[in-house]
Amino acid sequence: MRGLSTLWMRFRRNRGAVAGAVTLGLVVAAALVGPLLYPVDPFDMVGQPAQPPSASFLLGTDVAGRDILAGILNGARISLLIGVLASLAATVVGVAFGALAGYYGGWVDDVLMRVTEFFLTIPSFVLAVVVVAIFQPSVVTVTAAIAVVSWPSVARLARGEFIAQRGRDYVQGCRAIGMPDWEIILLQIMPNALPPVIVVSSLMVATAILTESGLSFLGLGDPNLVSWGYMIGVARTVLRTSWWMSAIPGAMILVTVLAINLVGEGLNDALNPKLRKR
Amino acid sequence: MTTGTASPALEVRGLVKRYPVKGGLFGGGRVVHALDGVTLSLVHGETLAIVGESGCGKSTFARCVVRLEEPTAGSVLLNGADITRLGARALRPLRRHMQIIFQDPYASLNPRYSIASLVGDAMRLRGISGRKERRRRVAELLETVGLGAEFLDRYPHELSGGQRQRVAIARALAAEPEVIVCDEPVSALDVSIQAQVINLLKRLQKRFGIAYVFISHDLSLVRHISDRIAVMYLGQIVELADTSAVRARVLHPYSQALFSAAPVADPGATARKKRIILVGEVPSPIDPPRACRFHTRCPYRQDICAEKAPELRPVEGRLVRCHFAGEPGFPPMPAQEAAMHG
Amino acid sequence: MSAPVLAVDGLTVEFRTALGTVRAVDDLSFTIGEGETVAIVGESGSGKSTVALALLRLVPDPPGRIVAGRVRLDRQDLLTLDDAEIRKVRGRRMAMIFQDPMMALNPVYTVERQIGEVLRLHLGLPRQQVFDQVVELLRLVGVPAPEDRARQYPHNLSGGMRQRVMIAMALACKPRLLIADEPTTALDVTVQAQVLELIQELKSRLGMAVLLITHDLSIVAETAHRVIVMYTGRKVEEGATAEIFADPRHPYTGGLLGAAKWEENEGNELREIPGAVPSPFDMPRGCSFAPRCAVALARCREHAPALADVAPGRPVRCFVAQEAAR
Repeated sequence: MRGLSTLWMRFRRNRGAVAGAVTLGLVVAAALVGPLLYPVDPFDMVGQPAQPPSASFLLGTDVAGRDILAGILNGARISLLIGVLASLAATVVGVAFGALAGYYGGWVDDVLMRVTEFFLTIPSFVLAVVVVAIFQPSVVTVTAAIAVVSWPSVARLARGEFIAQRGRDYVQGCRAIGMPDWEIILLQIMPNALPPVIVVSSLMVATAILTESGLSFLGLGDPNLVSWGYMIGVARTVLRTSWWMSAIPGAMILVTVLAINLVGEGLNDALNPKLRKR
Repeated sequence: MTTGTASPALEVRGLVKRYPVKGGLFGGGRVVHALDGVTLSLVHGETLAIVGESGCGKSTFARCVVRLEEPTAGSVLLNGADITRLGARALRPLRRHMQIIFQDPYASLNPRYSIASLVGDAMRLRGISGRKERRRRVAELLETVGLGAEFLDRYPHELSGGQRQRVAIARALAAEPEVIVCDEPVSALDVSIQAQVINLLKRLQKRFGIAYVFISHDLSLVRHISDRIAVMYLGQIVELADTSAVRARVLHPYSQALFSAAPVADPGATARKKRIILVGEVPSPIDPPRACRFHTRCPYRQDICAEKAPELRPVEGRLVRCHFAGEPGFPPMPAQEAAMHG
Repeated sequence: MSAPVLAVDGLTVEFRTALGTVRAVDDLSFTIGEGETVAIVGESGSGKSTVALALLRLVPDPPGRIVAGRVRLDRQDLLTLDDAEIRKVRGRRMAMIFQDPMMALNPVYTVERQIGEVLRLHLGLPRQQVFDQVVELLRLVGVPAPEDRARQYPHNLSGGMRQRVMIAMALACKPRLLIADEPTTALDVTVQAQVLELIQELKSRLGMAVLLITHDLSIVAETAHRVIVMYTGRKVEEGATAEIFADPRHPYTGGLLGAAKWEENEGNELREIPGAVPSPFDMPRGCSFAPRCAVALARCREHAPALADVAPGRPVRCFVAQEAAR
């Protein structure tokens, strides 16, 4: 595709974005192959508790004597999985709401946007806590909770894009040849409205990872799985004596979120023709 | 060409379009009177031009006729069938009979799709299935509009303005319409390209018998291409006449001023020509003048013009909306001379 | 006629882009005398708007650069002036009006303040005189109720009024040369007639020279004394307006006229110029018009013709026309 190659050319010019992409690539690789190359169960008590990093335990052990490296590698899977799935779900729901509201306008718009605003007015982290607390904490409920608090911003953005596009002559021309609405929405407007949405969704992955960490920190993560937030939560009581226990997963969160933000910004510059000129 | 016995391809009866004015704390209740009872019809193979200045409602008319906007009142009949109250689903299969070509060919083609798919869409929706068959027909159509089959796999951004407008025309033709509404189809194009596109439109009309509603502000172009001309002012038709009659003389004071104001590409004519310069500008359609809408700018205004709205009535084989049209020597001279220069 | 107000000699402007260097204006020479209106006619890509910017030294640099030529306003060479000096020329001795008045008007200042700024800057008028002057200028350009209008903002005004305000601003210092770049393209016909009439009237009253830049031949026919036809950055023909319209010598001029005289061809096919303006990155080798020209010879595709007089005061850049004149 010609579009993709020019997109890549523009993306490549942005040094921060490339650095972010490389870093993110390393984190993803660690999540995918790490647990295979380093097959230690993160819940196994493999040594003395609270050991600093050493030759036998590269990143030390936690308060229960579990291997922190194993936790980091397995936690990467959970954090990324939940981050990506939650953003995807939020994007699908948000775009659907925004597209319908923006394209049809009128009462459809009014109803859908009132619903969206209802979600927007509730502080998102509190809402996520409530959703997880009501259902059993698990990967599915945590993902769902994050998606529930994230979709409204996507919906608003998508609505704005659809309103801007629906009045354009090319859309009017499609109506004039008798194209059905679903086709105009999905095949005509969507490709033109999607670039800014993609940028926001990619940035949302970072927010989702942070939210997941926050939930796990509060003990609202999936109890059967290790995540970075869970590791920090476990280590918070010994922060003063064994700082690396929380610093290491904390650094991972920081690096991953930063990398995703850099990639998102890079995508934005590459996709948004107005910003490109500056 | 006048209507005669042939059944009209398109008939518009008393079309009204009002928009509520949005914004402003106390903006409630204010209304834009974009169209105010427009009635006209056109037969197969005819070109009816609609001219007027910005705010006269000509573009709103175009969009209401092809039902891209919903008229507030009045009806649009396509081949005798009223399409005004049809729901979206019932309307869709009828849409192909009437197409629209927009002014800006840069905005009217989706940049994401190739020419083959843009033009092929209209065929697909008409039920021509089979990608190969469509491709063959699109290639034929591109040939018809003066582009070759080599354009099939190109994208809009690779084309010049004139080429894009040809693609837009091919796309409209793919629906095999009886009526095409052309909304300023050449005013975004370079002068040397305009003639190419106009010639193409005329050729296609001869070949396929399509009727055009030709919306333009270029009076000289309109007199070249149309069979009849409707002059609009603030949402109303003020004069509707055969083009040959317009060339000889116009009867409404606004038509007179409009045609006399249009510059003529003939330095000799300029010296001979007397121009009527109207005072001020077109009033806002939010609060159009009462009675005769033109009375605030009319050089021949009388008391009655501010009191009673004139009807669009037959005068000397045409329709004119003026109390005094048809009186001997009205409107006074300069019009005749200006309008006669070609 | 005495020395010309404006004398342009060999003006050449280039733009450097990622795809290569483009010559937007190529060796252009012309003069405008006092009280004269000269029109530059061309399509998009002809370089006509770049000429206007180059005269005012407003070509964005980079990517643009004036690489050669002389521009003299009343014998003073403008291209050698430093920035402070050229600023004194702009707006005072040479002013410009644009197609879109909102380009020249600042939306956050009142009409009085914008026109007043020019007066204070260039003429150093004291504050109390400025308002009277502004009102006087607005009256001159036919703005009704000038005292009220002066206190309004550009967005309060209609398109035609904005155009008048911009003209008032351009005329504030009674410039020697007024450059009008598509001054009426955005306006309705009846308003266009008002504005053209206004420019004509002010020109004779103030004795300005006017450079009119347009694509519209009918406006040229009504307002200009002389016409310069440009194609792909080069002058292809020049002459008195009446002569150009009656007897165009360059095939491109002929084509443009044919395409503009719709009505004379009523019912018939219009004379059209085939093809489109070539891309500046893909210029034909010989005459740049040859690929679209109906009378092109083999020579035209190989060599680019030079300008040569085919009659007194009628330079034409065309082998065929030059041949015929011999």
